[in-house]
Amino acid sequence: MKLQGQEIDVVRKGSGQPLVLLHGGGGPIASMPFADKLAEKFEIIAPTHPGFAGSKIPDHFNRIDDLVYLYLDLLDELDLNDVILMGFSMGGWTAVELATMNSTRLSKMILVDPVGVKTGGREDRDIADVFALPGEKLAELMFHDTSLAPRPADMPEDQLQIMAANRIALGVYTWDPYMHNPKLPHRLHRIKMPTHFIWGESDGIVTVDYGEKYCKLIDGATMTVIEKAGHSPQMEQPDAFVDAVFKFAG
Amino acid sequence: MKSWWFTEDCYPHLPDESTYRSIRVDLPNEHCDPEVAHDLYNRYLDLWCACDEIGLGIMLNEHHQTATCMVPAAPIMLGILARQTSKSRLLILGNPLPNRNQPVRVAEEMALVDVISKGRVECGFVRSVPYEAAAANILPYKGSERMWEAHDLIMKAWTTHDGPFNFEGKYYHHRQVNIWPRPYQQPHPPVWITMGSAGSAVPVAQHKHVGAVFLAGYPRIRSVYDGYRQAYLDAHGTHAPLDRLAYLGLCYIGENDREAEEGARKLLWYMEANKVPPEWSNPPGYHPPPVSAQVMRGVTGSGVPTNPTLEEQMARGNVFAGTPDQVFEQIKSFWEYSGGFGHMLMMGQAGFLSDADALKSMKLYKSEVEPRLIELAKNADPAELWEKSKAMPIKEGVDLGNFGVEFVR
Repeated sequence: MKLQGQEIDVVRKGSGQPLVLLHGGGGPIASMPFADKLAEKFEIIAPTHPGFAGSKIPDHFNRIDDLVYLYLDLLDELDLNDVILMGFSMGGWTAVELATMNSTRLSKMILVDPVGVKTGGREDRDIADVFALPGEKLAELMFHDTSLAPRPADMPEDQLQIMAANRIALGVYTWDPYMHNPKLPHRLHRIKMPTHFIWGESDGIVTVDYGEKYCKLIDGATMTVIEKAGHSPQMEQPDAFVDAVFKFAG
Repeated sequence: MKSWWFTEDCYPHLPDESTYRSIRVDLPNEHCDPEVAHDLYNRYLDLWCACDEIGLGIMLNEHHQTATCMVPAAPIMLGILARQTSKSRLLILGNPLPNRNQPVRVAEEMALVDVISKGRVECGFVRSVPYEAAAANILPYKGSERMWEAHDLIMKAWTTHDGPFNFEGKYYHHRQVNIWPRPYQQPHPPVWITMGSAGSAVPVAQHKHVGAVFLAGYPRIRSVYDGYRQAYLDAHGTHAPLDRLAYLGLCYIGENDREAEEGARKLLWYMEANKVPPEWSNPPGYHPPPVSAQVMRGVTGSGVPTNPTLEEQMARGNVFAGTPDQVFEQIKSFWEYSGGFGHMLMMGQAGFLSDADALKSMKLYKSEVEPRLIELAKNADPAELWEKSKAMPIKEGVDLGNFGVEFVR
């Protein structure tokens, strides 16, 4: 669909209460099994952040709030109401920012291993520097079961180039300040809707400890920790993940 | 033809390379002994000062968080050399503009050194290499665009003399720009910019700046230079003079084959030591996705090779080594193939090459190679050279016979 003068890929599937799904730095995930299950109860609306999956980054885009304004427009354009907003990792950050700006179309929020705030001191590395890690180390932090990690050496060229472009887009939106907005904690009081965090127990990019601190910053927010899952519990433990979603929002 | 002598000021006294993952970015500085570094800096400064005596141009650069190049602030070295030399031109190639958050400060630094040196600064601007992204904490996405915006701001700062002007660009904002001092050279010091592709050569040619190419060798030199020459012709209606193009290679000259080979092998430390893993050579946005994908696949790193052989590097046109006669023939061959250039940039010291050996090579170059290169280029017609180069068959992957025998012709 066309938003702000540019073509944005939006996957829509299922029917029911609208669930807007904002993907993380790995790229679109709406075709994964967990999303099929969610589509049995909800209408999933999953935009692709510009720059991901082979799409273009508009010339003036360089921060998370560029995505936030894009998706505020998306909610208006589709005239969505009573929306469950679900964000993963950097998409979780995007969701939180959006909710602090305008939550009138939202009813609930689900945040999956989100980034977006800094919880420690200036010399604490709260969020792993994914751009500075060797591939094998990154895989260890990302996944509980590292056999699920992508293997660039064996990937088809077109997929690998998309993965490379996704990494560039992630850098464009999150480089500095790294993966967080220092002002965001001062705005979280504006979030009044029920908010639930879902966290992979083995996440080494942002740990459960980080998640618990983040959760406390939002009034009344709750959290489910999923065992045997890393930064992408929806991928490593889809059943447990979907259960947690249905329990909170079903 | 002008000749420039260059060293990166390396710190070669490192533990076995199997004990560290990278020589750049995260190699702990516990391996840097300040006493050793003190001696090295002063040795390298002495070599640059020797250029002033011998009559070679001085070239220096900067890198960060690396043992390959201990100069994290080239303008400071330039400032020292401005005082300690009196004749040589001082080429800084260059200021990594996208990684400097205050271009106006760069304009000030260069003007300062230009005035102290009585107008001897040749000011290079570079986009900088991928390993610098982490060290500078700057996303290298659209680095060229950042570089050119900073360039525009610096040029205006150098050439505006009637009080403050305002600059509110896409990347840089500065509301009261009015530098003191103004540059000694009017309207501004000569500007050099490095080029890696035909596309990146276009704006350099449009500005009539000197376009410098590092280690492109036979396989890539013509496409980059042709890009420059065509853009120059399109923009200005005349052929680019030879002095608008520069080439950098490693260069070692000995009195005989054995001496030359020994010296050249020591210079190759520059390539051999460049152990850099993908997380530092492939920051997001430096390379376009197809190149980035190749680095991710592990097919190739970026930048210089780490397992070079001298023979391959000479065949490629990255290294010029031999007796004075041989080196002249090697450079002449490359120069003709490339379509001609007016500046020969030589990396003449690296790794464990001794000062005495470096000096010997510099002096042999000055007395026996440079005069012939000057003669070669003196009456050369750029248009004619370009036509001749186009007619030469594409040369790639040259198989070399014995060292020191007409390798590359």
